[in-house]
Amino acid sequence: MSSIKQYIDLYNEFGPRINTASHEVLNAMRPAALASLNECRMPSKGDENYEISDLDAIYSPDYGVNIDRLDVAVDTEEPFRCDVPNLSTILFYASNDIYHDNQLASSQLPKGVVVASMRSAEVDEVVKRYYGKVAPIDNPQVALNTLLAQDGMLVYVPAGTVVEKPIQLVNLSRAASPMMTNRRMLIVVEDMAQVKMLVCDHTQSGDVDLLNTQVIEVVVGKGATFDFYDLEEASAGTHRVSSMWVRQAADSNVLINGITLMNGTTRNDYHIEIDGERAETQLLGMAIASGSQHVDNHTYIGHNVGYCRSNELFKYVLDDDAVGAFAGKILVAPGSPRTEAYQSNRNICASGNAKMFTKPQLEIYTDDVKCGHGATVGQLDQDAMFYMQTRGISCREARTLLMQAFMSDIIDGVRLDALKDRLRHLVEKRFAGTLAQCRSCTVAQVCHTKIKKK
Amino acid sequence: MTAMLEIKDLHAQIEGKEILKGIDLTVNEGEVHAIMGPNGSGKSTLASVLAGNPAFAVTGGSVTFNGKDLLAMSPEDRSHEGLFLSFQYPVEIPGVSMVNFMRAAVNEKRKYYHQEPLSASEFLKLMREKRAIVELDNKLASRSVNEGFSGGEKKRNEIFQMAMLQPKLSILDETDSGLDIDALRTVAGGVNKLKTDKNATIVITHYQRLLDYIKPDFVHVLYKGRIVKTGGPELALVLEDKGYDWIKQEFEDSKG
Repeated sequence: MSSIKQYIDLYNEFGPRINTASHEVLNAMRPAALASLNECRMPSKGDENYEISDLDAIYSPDYGVNIDRLDVAVDTEEPFRCDVPNLSTILFYASNDIYHDNQLASSQLPKGVVVASMRSAEVDEVVKRYYGKVAPIDNPQVALNTLLAQDGMLVYVPAGTVVEKPIQLVNLSRAASPMMTNRRMLIVVEDMAQVKMLVCDHTQSGDVDLLNTQVIEVVVGKGATFDFYDLEEASAGTHRVSSMWVRQAADSNVLINGITLMNGTTRNDYHIEIDGERAETQLLGMAIASGSQHVDNHTYIGHNVGYCRSNELFKYVLDDDAVGAFAGKILVAPGSPRTEAYQSNRNICASGNAKMFTKPQLEIYTDDVKCGHGATVGQLDQDAMFYMQTRGISCREARTLLMQAFMSDIIDGVRLDALKDRLRHLVEKRFAGTLAQCRSCTVAQVCHTKIKKK
Repeated sequence: MTAMLEIKDLHAQIEGKEILKGIDLTVNEGEVHAIMGPNGSGKSTLASVLAGNPAFAVTGGSVTFNGKDLLAMSPEDRSHEGLFLSFQYPVEIPGVSMVNFMRAAVNEKRKYYHQEPLSASEFLKLMREKRAIVELDNKLASRSVNEGFSGGEKKRNEIFQMAMLQPKLSILDETDSGLDIDALRTVAGGVNKLKTDKNATIVITHYQRLLDYIKPDFVHVLYKGRIVKTGGPELALVLEDKGYDWIKQEFEDSKG
C-alpha cells in the first residue's frame, strides 16, 4: 500500500477546511494534484532516480498537519535572526509552513518588489499566472505538496529592478509531536531584474520527527540574474523532501548553491530547464554528514537551446555511518549547438562505514558541444595527514583542515562575500564538531493543537 | 650529559620487508651528523621512522629523545618535543593556505607547552621574520601549502617551517635533491643560520656537495639497513672520490 493513501484520505475528509485557511489559486490546483496522486505511487528504494532514498518510507509515518493554520507565536521583543553576522539581509521568516509578512523588511525592498505570503490579496495576479506552472504535477512529490500546501512565499522582482541587498528567508520548524509541513515558494524574476536569496532551514525542536516537504518554482526572465543559497542546518529527526524547479530565459544567469551542513534525512531535487540562448547556470552543492545522516541530491540540467553554459559541482564529506547520494543528469537536446556543460561530483568517505552512491549522467543529442562529467569517491590524503602531523598539527586538526580545504571551491563559488566568510566559519565549526544550531533564532514556545490524521 | 638522540639496535619494516636491520646512532647537542649511503640503503626509512610515519613498523630496538621514549609518541608530539623532518618530497596540500597551516602548527605547539596562542599580529611578524631567513616570497606564504611551488621553493619552504618551529633536532632528508646551486646555497645558508650549540642536525644525503655548505662533525655510511662505517668529514670526501663500492666490498668481506 502506498503511503499516498493516507494523504488522499486526509484531503477527502478535511478538504474544505484546508481550502478555507488557504488561497483560491492554491485551492484551484488541488483537484489536478489529487487526480495525479490517484494515478501514481510514492517512489521507494530501487525505483529509478530513487535508488537510495525511499520516499514511500519517509512519507509513511503518521504525521500531524496544521490544517487550521494555528500560528506559532513569535517573540517580537527579540526579533529572531539567523546567525549570519555582517551579512545585511532583508529578513523574512516562516514558522513551520506559515509565511509571515514583514512590513519593516518589505519597506527596504525597491519599489514594485514583493515578498509576501501567497495568501495576501495584493499578489493575486502574479500567483495566478505562475503558480503550478513550473513544477510538474505528475511528479508525486510535487502533487502531494500541491494537494496539501496552504501557504507559500512569493518573491516577485519586476522587470529591470535590481535588489541590492540579499533577501533572506528563515524557515523554522518547531513541533511537540511528529508533524508534516508543506512549504511552497514561487519566485519570479522578470527580464533584466536581479535578486540574491538565502534560505536557511532550522529545526527548533529536539528529537521530534518532522517531515518538511517543499516545492520551489522559479521563473528567470531574459537577462535576469538569480542567486539562490539553500542552507540546511536541521535536527536528526528532520526529513526534508525538497524540489526546486527553474526555467531560465535567454541571457539569464543563475547560481544555485545547496548546502547541507546538518540534517536528518534529506532529499533535494534541483531541476533546471534552460530555454533561452546564451544563458549561464552554476549549480553547486556541498553536504557534510556524520552519525546516521542521509543526504541525497538529485539534479537535472536541460540544455534545450544552444549557446548556453552550465557548470555543476557537488562535494560530500561523509563520516561515521552517514550515507550520501548524488545523481546528476545533463541533457543536451537536439539542436543545441555550442553547448558547454560540465558536471563533477567529488566525495570523501572519512570513515570505513560511510557510504557514497554517485551517478553522473550526460546525454547529448547535438554535435559541436563541449561537455564533461566525472565522479570520485576517496579518502583523506594520508601523505598530507602525516606531513601536517610532523609539523605538530594533531590528527584531528589535520583532518579538519583537509576536509575544510576540500570544500573550499564550493565556498569560493558563493557570490556574497559576507556569506562566503560566514559559510567558511560554519563549515569549520561543523568539521570541528562544535556546530550548534543558530542560537539566536528564537521563537517562543507554544503548544500546538493539531488535527491528528486517522 | 645524556645524549639528545640515542638510537639502539633499531629494526623497522614496511609491508613485511625489513629495511632497518639494527641501527645504532648517538647525537649530542651542537652536533651535525651526515648519513650517506647508496640508493636503497635505508636512509629515508630511518628519517621516516624517527618522524613516526605510520607506514613503517618498528620491530625492534629503542630510540630515546631528550630522555623520552620517542617511539611511544605520536608524530605531532615528536614535533612538539623538538623533532623536525625536512621532507625529500614535501607534500602539496591544495586548499590549505600556508598561513593557516603554519598558524595551526605554531599554536598547537604552544598549546602543548600551556602557552596562549599567538595573536594575529605576533604571528604575522614571526612569519615575516622567518621568511627572510630563506628568502621565501610573501606570495608563496599566501598560497596553498607547496601547491605549484618549484622544487627549490618547496625545499626553502621546508627550512622556513623549521625556522618557525625552532626544533632541537632537524633531520634533512635529501634536502639537496632537485636543487640548482643557487637554491642549494640559500637552503644551506638557512640551515646554518638556524644552527646553535643547543640544537643538532642530521643531514641525509647521497652526495658530498651539500656537505660543502653544511659542515658535518660526523659522517656515517648506511648500507643494507646498518651503519657500516663512521668517520669525520674526510670520509665524505673519500666517498665522493671512490664511490660506495669499496664500502660494499668491506662489508661483504667482514661477513666472511
